[in-house]
Amino acid sequence: MITLVYLARLRETLGIPSEKIDLPGNVGTVASLLAWLRTRGGAWAAELAPGRAVRVAVNFDVAKSDTPIKAGDEVALFPPVTGG
Amino acid sequence: MSVRVQTSDFDVAREIAALRAGDARVGAVAAFIGLVRDISDATAVQTLTLEHYPGMTEKALAGIVDEAKSRWRIYDATVIHRIGELKPTDQIVLVIATSAHRGDAFAACEFIMDYLKTRAPFWKKEQTPAGERWVEARTSDDEKAARW
Repeated sequence: MITLVYLARLRETLGIPSEKIDLPGNVGTVASLLAWLRTRGGAWAAELAPGRAVRVAVNFDVAKSDTPIKAGDEVALFPPVTGG
Repeated sequence: MSVRVQTSDFDVAREIAALRAGDARVGAVAAFIGLVRDISDATAVQTLTLEHYPGMTEKALAGIVDEAKSRWRIYDATVIHRIGELKPTDQIVLVIATSAHRGDAFAACEFIMDYLKTRAPFWKKEQTPAGERWVEARTSDDEKAARW
């Protein structure tokens, strides 16, 4: 099980703030998680399409596409930040 | 180090006094205050709503201050960022750095702001006469952060 958190514009376009999912067997990195989420189609495929600016944090640290994901992790997806 | 995320406003004079209280090593204090403007990309802004990612924000800000401390000779720093609904002229963000001389304080203050704008998980949504819209990240902000 992992916790997925969607923030800012992504929370609105995907329609949910967070969810818990069982980690699919073929998902072990940020890149494979995004690929798996895209298979949901619709807004998921559009918002997370390759080339879209989606940032990912794993356990509250900025992650890269090859960052590992394991059971118990909190993974957040969000647009580029605009604070300050 | 003091890093805070809050809905309430902050008092700049009080924050500076608290940061340098009783520390006679401090010869320079640099501060930056970010404010809400009433126009964005030629559109009037009525209110601005700021959200963040609790848990990551404080960690990211503390990491940025630690990085500044490793690069410049600063004694201490304060970062306060507001969240929630703000209106034009409101204060959004405060960065203060103390050092023996102005060069380190100025540089650290600017570095912290540039990194905050590209790495701390905050997002702005503007309410305008034409409806609301999420603020898009600017590549100029990435360029400013990259020069450090």
